[in-house]
Amino acid sequence: METGLLFQLVLNGLIVGALYGVVAMSFVLIYKASQVVNFAQGEFLLVGAWVCWWLLTTWQLPFWAGFLVTLAFMTLFGVILQVVVLRPLIGEPVISVIMATVGLSIFFQALMKWMFGVFAQPFPPIFPVERVRILGLEVQSVYLMSLGISLLIMLGFWWFFTWSKHGLAMRATAFDQQVAQSLGVSVPRVFAMSWAISAVVSAVAGVVVGVVNGVSSALSFYGIKVFPAVILGGLDSVVGAVLGGLIVGVLENLAQYVDAEWLNWGNMYQVAPFYALILILLIKPYGLFGTKTIERV
Amino acid sequence: MADETPLLRAQSVSLRFGGVRALTDVSFAVAQGEIFSIIGPNGAGKTSMVNCVSGRYRPTEGRILFEGRDITALRPNRRAGLGIGRTFQNLALFAHMSVLDNIMVGRHHLLRAGFLRGMAYWIGGAQREELEHRRAVEEIIDFLEIQHVRKAPAGTLSYGLRKRVELARAVALRPKLILLDEPMAGMNLEEKEDMARFITDLNEEWGMTVLMIEHDMGVVMDISHRVMVLDFGRKLVEGTPEVVMADEHVKRAYLGEVEAA
Repeated sequence: METGLLFQLVLNGLIVGALYGVVAMSFVLIYKASQVVNFAQGEFLLVGAWVCWWLLTTWQLPFWAGFLVTLAFMTLFGVILQVVVLRPLIGEPVISVIMATVGLSIFFQALMKWMFGVFAQPFPPIFPVERVRILGLEVQSVYLMSLGISLLIMLGFWWFFTWSKHGLAMRATAFDQQVAQSLGVSVPRVFAMSWAISAVVSAVAGVVVGVVNGVSSALSFYGIKVFPAVILGGLDSVVGAVLGGLIVGVLENLAQYVDAEWLNWGNMYQVAPFYALILILLIKPYGLFGTKTIERV
Repeated sequence: MADETPLLRAQSVSLRFGGVRALTDVSFAVAQGEIFSIIGPNGAGKTSMVNCVSGRYRPTEGRILFEGRDITALRPNRRAGLGIGRTFQNLALFAHMSVLDNIMVGRHHLLRAGFLRGMAYWIGGAQREELEHRRAVEEIIDFLEIQHVRKAPAGTLSYGLRKRVELARAVALRPKLILLDEPMAGMNLEEKEDMARFITDLNEEWGMTVLMIEHDMGVVMDISHRVMVLDFGRKLVEGTPEVVMADEHVKRAYLGEVEAA
């Protein structure tokens, strides 16, 4: 096997994996703050990308304006979803909450198909498509942009949780809601904020994927790919989510190579992360960085 | 002191959980600048009373007034904003966060700079604000003598230190009234003496009014200005430590002796 090709595959994997990492982070954010397993995470990408596409094509807004309006819309979208759908479910059994998010997922998939059709739509050209050579490897400039944006978002998360008042309040709420309240933190506001941030960040990822590959219902798959990533990293670890995303990205690309070269089973690209998921659940059910629940008897 | 509005007033507070009567018609007032202790046997309703004040429970009947204002319906975070801080009977620190971060959460409602101003860190005045808060936090850390563990994750500290960090976090709110639920439970003699000194200093030098639940009668009688005794959710007596110590009901219910020596 040529080492050049191997590097290329790993690089591709890291670029896609960084996006998985971003989506996984926003998934973990919701899970940590409000203990909701959000099966509609992929639809955040989908809705964000379609809205941005619609603003750019139908309304002919310049990219920066369309992008900002999309972010504002997604903030509202996240808050409304939390307040209208999930707040009334606080205190209900976990399974009801999960079913509600599965319902949201199906609803928004259908709604987007109804509004924008079933065919993939390309974004209007925003960045010049060039090929850049790095260390002897060919990379498209949009992919570099995608990687750059992912890294920026990760830095932003780090800053938010380490240094900002709301990030601290969110960590406090994740740990103990009643204590956080006694220190002046408004728990409903923290819940709403976590959904808003998660929706916005996912939408950014959605727009990035849309710019690179076009907008289509395939964006929802990112919501499913999140599961191997977060199970790998640990459901409640932000760092783990990023690493999990990167590993899943690389794994996919390597699996595809192995498949094409030797196995010829087809579709390994899609399936490999889920094999990994099952393996991890068997070996290390709390993930690489997850919290172990220790029961004292 | 008598004709001023008391800082905290509970008016015939009753609390029921289904058929269980945790509190029955309890009234009391805590004056500005006091150390007020609630004592009573286990299950007498002391913690329930404190939870009614902090907002964790809502009284079934009766009202809670803070600075003359009815706060019975306010959520705990709003009460914290008004100046009611608390510690918990079973330690409730954020175990994975550093001591410093734990205390910074206590400053939450005082941090004005929100997300956007935080982004414009250097021009929005958020930096100056952060410095002010750091100074305030350092002052608390110095006062409670926890300088050496400020960066340590709170979960790794010894029990006595964790109790101190929890107190520091409550003090960081700059509350007018601080509620201490068994601040000395499980401590050795030396730790108890330290804690008693911290509480009196908070009261005398920092001007905080203290509402405290404690089982150690020696400490309670030593540092409290006034004491209230609860038994089976009812108020037995209230008064200065001397009065309470001398009371027959108290001896019977709490100290468990009736011999006329």
